[in-house]
Amino acid sequence: MQSPAEAKPRSLSQLGKTLSDNVIIVGIVLLTVVVGVLRNNFFSEANFRNLISNTAIRFIIAVGVSGCLITKGTDLSAGRVAGLSACISAILLQRSDYINRFYKDLPDLPIIGVLALVMVVCAVIGCVNGAVVAYLKVPPFIATLGMQTLVYGICLVYTGAQPIGSLRADYAGLATGYVGTPMASYTAIIAVVIGLLMWFLYNKTRHGKYMYAIGGNENAAEVAGVNVGKSKMTIYMLAAVLYGLCGFLLAAKSGGASVNMGMSYELEAIAGCTIGGVSVNGGVGKISGILVGVLVFELLKIALQFLGVKTEYTYIVQGVVIITAVALDIQKYLSKK
Amino acid sequence: MSEQGPALVYRLEMRDVVKTFPGVKALNHAQLKLRPGTVHALVGENGAGKSTLMKCMFGIYKMDAGEIYYEGRKVTIADPLMALNLGIAMVHQELQPIPERSVAENIYVGRYPMKKLLGFIPVVDHEAMYRNTAALLKEVSMSFDPKQKLGTLSVSQMQSVEIAKAVSADCKVLILDEPTSSLTSHEVEALFRIIESLKAKGVAIVYISHKMDEILRISDEVTIMRDGQYIGTWPAGELTINKIITQMVGRELANLYPPRHNVPSEPVFEVRDFTSINPRSFRGVSFNLRKGEILGVGGLVGAQRTELMEGLFGIRAHSKGSIYHLGEEIRITRPQDAIRKSIALLTEDRRATGIFGVLSVADNVSIASLDQYLQFRVMLNDKKIAQLVKDNVEKLSIKTPSGKTLIQSLSGGNQQKVLISRWLANDPQILILDEPTRGIDVGAKYEIYCIIAELAAQGKSIIMISSEMGELIGMSDRILVMCDGRLTGFVQGQDATQENIMALATQFS
Repeated sequence: MQSPAEAKPRSLSQLGKTLSDNVIIVGIVLLTVVVGVLRNNFFSEANFRNLISNTAIRFIIAVGVSGCLITKGTDLSAGRVAGLSACISAILLQRSDYINRFYKDLPDLPIIGVLALVMVVCAVIGCVNGAVVAYLKVPPFIATLGMQTLVYGICLVYTGAQPIGSLRADYAGLATGYVGTPMASYTAIIAVVIGLLMWFLYNKTRHGKYMYAIGGNENAAEVAGVNVGKSKMTIYMLAAVLYGLCGFLLAAKSGGASVNMGMSYELEAIAGCTIGGVSVNGGVGKISGILVGVLVFELLKIALQFLGVKTEYTYIVQGVVIITAVALDIQKYLSKK
Repeated sequence: MSEQGPALVYRLEMRDVVKTFPGVKALNHAQLKLRPGTVHALVGENGAGKSTLMKCMFGIYKMDAGEIYYEGRKVTIADPLMALNLGIAMVHQELQPIPERSVAENIYVGRYPMKKLLGFIPVVDHEAMYRNTAALLKEVSMSFDPKQKLGTLSVSQMQSVEIAKAVSADCKVLILDEPTSSLTSHEVEALFRIIESLKAKGVAIVYISHKMDEILRISDEVTIMRDGQYIGTWPAGELTINKIITQMVGRELANLYPPRHNVPSEPVFEVRDFTSINPRSFRGVSFNLRKGEILGVGGLVGAQRTELMEGLFGIRAHSKGSIYHLGEEIRITRPQDAIRKSIALLTEDRRATGIFGVLSVADNVSIASLDQYLQFRVMLNDKKIAQLVKDNVEKLSIKTPSGKTLIQSLSGGNQQKVLISRWLANDPQILILDEPTRGIDVGAKYEIYCIIAELAAQGKSIIMISSEMGELIGMSDRILVMCDGRLTGFVQGQDATQENIMALATQFS
């Protein structure tokens, strides 16, 4: 239908559209370049290592939340669930010679066993989220907001609000360890593996197709024979398992844990997803986009830091970016109507 | 202000209105001229564009092209509030009430009578609102409490409230879109009295209805539309039911439908005493369906045909009744159960319950049959899915640039074909098609008919709900007619006429 003469301007306007659709990404990348030029230590190895490990951890959470977003839901309990996981992991993996140990006589547990345990605990929380959303039909925003507070409460009760330190060297070493180059940290490798697994799940399996279908049109999915309830359960459960993994890594990275660990990570995850093209209108979103979104959001934070913007102000900027990202996403949808 | 319309013969004029939805031209140079103090009937088949034209007039839809003159002045009506301010009121086909609020609040929503508390705080004047509502209700011969929750009323009472609302706006143009579809004959008479009194006050009334006797009785002029186009306007006195129908359909019925070679044989599906959990919905329905048969399902809007089919498919719950498939009783409580028993349902509202707009044609075709394309139990075989899509695109001649194209960019007819192929991928033996040609261009309709005829010839059994008489009569081996949730009878295809179907469809009204 397109005559060859029209083809060129079309590809140009296509480029313009791509840029305007991703205006936040373009803006932040430009900002980063400017900061990089202005501050000569910006392009340092330490800074990149920091960026990669921060991005890796938040990417895992964001991928979890993305399933909820794609099905027109959300999960506001993400950060607190990660926090609980961090606390449990830290408690079970404290040094045995530490005087203020949480469990005095706990034998040295296998690290993988602790990871499995926190994932199971988180899976249970995710199941509850999923069941409340899918079967009790509580709006996901409310259901998971309630769960956020609930989990925080559990965490406070369990830890007595005491920070947990003195982690075992082998556990803390997970965060500092790397293969070959410091860029390929264990955390980064784990995030890549998770990304690949989730890409496979989203694109090559029935579950993925059902997820996009539910987000695209839940009623139509039901008519087409999709077990909507079961799919949603799986999505919220899997999301919580990923928060569990994230919390486990977070404690290792920080060398300890406290009840406030992971706080408001869900908002950063939602921001990363939305900037990366996951639509809050459902049915749309790619793993690669989420990676870009999370990375760009981390870049923004680091760039602000290098510009010497005070932490108080960075919150304001982040809030504005999150609202803008969602508003732009909604506008895209509205113009199609 | 130099743009003056013609002399003020008309209260409102719509000229050359064009409105296109993705894939279908809903209005193609439609016209309408309303004289003050008259009832102007707007008639046409489903999908002719009547409601769309009215929604353009009322500012719900934005016209692609065309002009509206109001009392000789060219106007742009951007939203319903502007229409209301001009004096245009509309009673919608689908009522849009707020059931949890009172009758009075539903009538005055958005324009509450106000008063000043302590002389300066504006608050809603509830006293005035209830008083005015009571007076209004009296005017439309209704006697319920203005403070009553709207949700406690029956559908016809809610309709009266809607009309009272329109009357209260002191309108100069009143649009009534199928106002009698859910009224009893007593209530219809009351409505007609209101219409007469409004007429006497000089209101121009647009009356949309499928009921020919009503149209000839109440209207002064009749405008006929077909496929979004303006056919003509006649004084009602010059028309007969037959003349209207000929103009509405516009062509010989015989050429509209493909020849059929299906031979209905033994019964394969039987429904006994099927009853909804909702007492106002379908009840006591029993019928059977033969292999290779096309069973038409006729009835008026609100006859619960869609609800019945959704009940059979497990979308709606039933309280009583049984379903037999090949002589064996089956239980269907959710769509998966029906799909497993080789039943498919093409739903009535393509956008709401059919397509996944933001997904590709390929995803839309394959979603109901993914089980067949698993390898190693978890991974989908993309090659096989691509082949399935390619086969269907060819077989049903779906016009799409590729399988990766988003379905929302296709035309209505092609979207419908995608949905049909979604179900064919499961090789169903029983296909329930609910208004399969609604909102589809004429050419594409014929293609859908050919597909239906071909499926029946292959021995598949078809249940086809249709509100288009021509389609029912032209395509069905047998027609099941419903009225008010009950099955009122069967008509054999060759004996079917508009009259004998209508007689069954209005048995209880």
